[in-house]
Amino acid sequence: MTIKQQVFAILISLTVFIFTIDLVRKKRLREEYSLLWLATSLAMIILILRYDWLLALTKLIGAVLPTTTLFLGSIIFLISLSVQFSMRISKLSDQVKDLVQENALLRYEFEKSTSVQTVVSATQSRKSEEVT
Amino acid sequence: MSDTIIIIPAYNEEAGIARVVSDIRTVNPDIEVLVINDGSFDRTAEAAAAAGAIVLSHNFNMGYGVTIQTGYKFAYEKGYRYIVQIDGDGQHDPSFISQLLAPVRNGDVDFAIGSRFLWFDSYRPSFSRRLGILFFRKLVTVIIGREITDPTSGYQAFNREVMKFFSTDIFPYDYPDADMLITLNLAGFRIREVPVRMFANPTGKTMHSGAKPLYYMIKMILSILVTLLRNRQLYRR
Repeated sequence: MTIKQQVFAILISLTVFIFTIDLVRKKRLREEYSLLWLATSLAMIILILRYDWLLALTKLIGAVLPTTTLFLGSIIFLISLSVQFSMRISKLSDQVKDLVQENALLRYEFEKSTSVQTVVSATQSRKSEEVT
Repeated sequence: MSDTIIIIPAYNEEAGIARVVSDIRTVNPDIEVLVINDGSFDRTAEAAAAAGAIVLSHNFNMGYGVTIQTGYKFAYEKGYRYIVQIDGDGQHDPSFISQLLAPVRNGDVDFAIGSRFLWFDSYRPSFSRRLGILFFRKLVTVIIGREITDPTSGYQAFNREVMKFFSTDIFPYDYPDADMLITLNLAGFRIREVPVRMFANPTGKTMHSGAKPLYYMIKMILSILVTLLRNRQLYRR
């Protein structure tokens, strides 16, 4: 890896890392979603600084070029992120379903009680009119 | 108060819902009718209420399965002992409600499902539709070990035990038909088919159109597969 490549890769990883921390700090990203981002950018920085580790890892998985290992890593990261999102969306859909159903039931109860009340108050006002 | 409630899921059925509700009430005057309006754009809720039904409304369109489950939850909460479920588009002949309810009421079964293929003059669905039904019929029959001729039928009656079971997360609300029967069977409920008359859909509207049937088939096969793979503990009641 040339110095140029190393500097570029480290800059990108650092930017991602700092940007993620900043989002969490400003409460625009929840901690649970930031973990994957932070872990990936940290791993990238470590692998770029310790180039021999990257070479060892490349050898371990049977790839030829170290860049392949980095690309593979980023693809695995993207897939994990998508799976995490799908799981989250499924959970959210379930929660929305339960809320819509509960809302329908509660609205029925509410409308029933308010219409009874209107009837009651109507009778009451009629009675009070009769009294007066 | 009657111990039975008839639930009708409805989405944009303004034109026909009043007729369906009043037909049901003519045949079964002492049974409560509940219409669940699934976020319709038209005046389905008003039409149903005017015809004398209890109406529940979803804020937005949630789909058939979620809609009927809202009905189950309502019926369970209100203490009803039996549910009859019937479609809001007039396909199901309401004069069969008592036949459908009979085996559930006298305790022979927990769940009765109306089969259009067991009744001599029901309409016959289109060829492709029949092919799909045939496929699931074979699949369900093999898996639960008993002949089910019309596994996609939405004309059903069941008791409070099933109501409670279906009000939980186990209910497959995406497309509750073939895999729902398998789920019921795994949970040890007794199921029986009852012959009913069904008409062709008068509005011509269908849940299954375009590329949807293929998606439906694949999704249903997947649901059945995971239903079978799921931990049996989940089906304990």
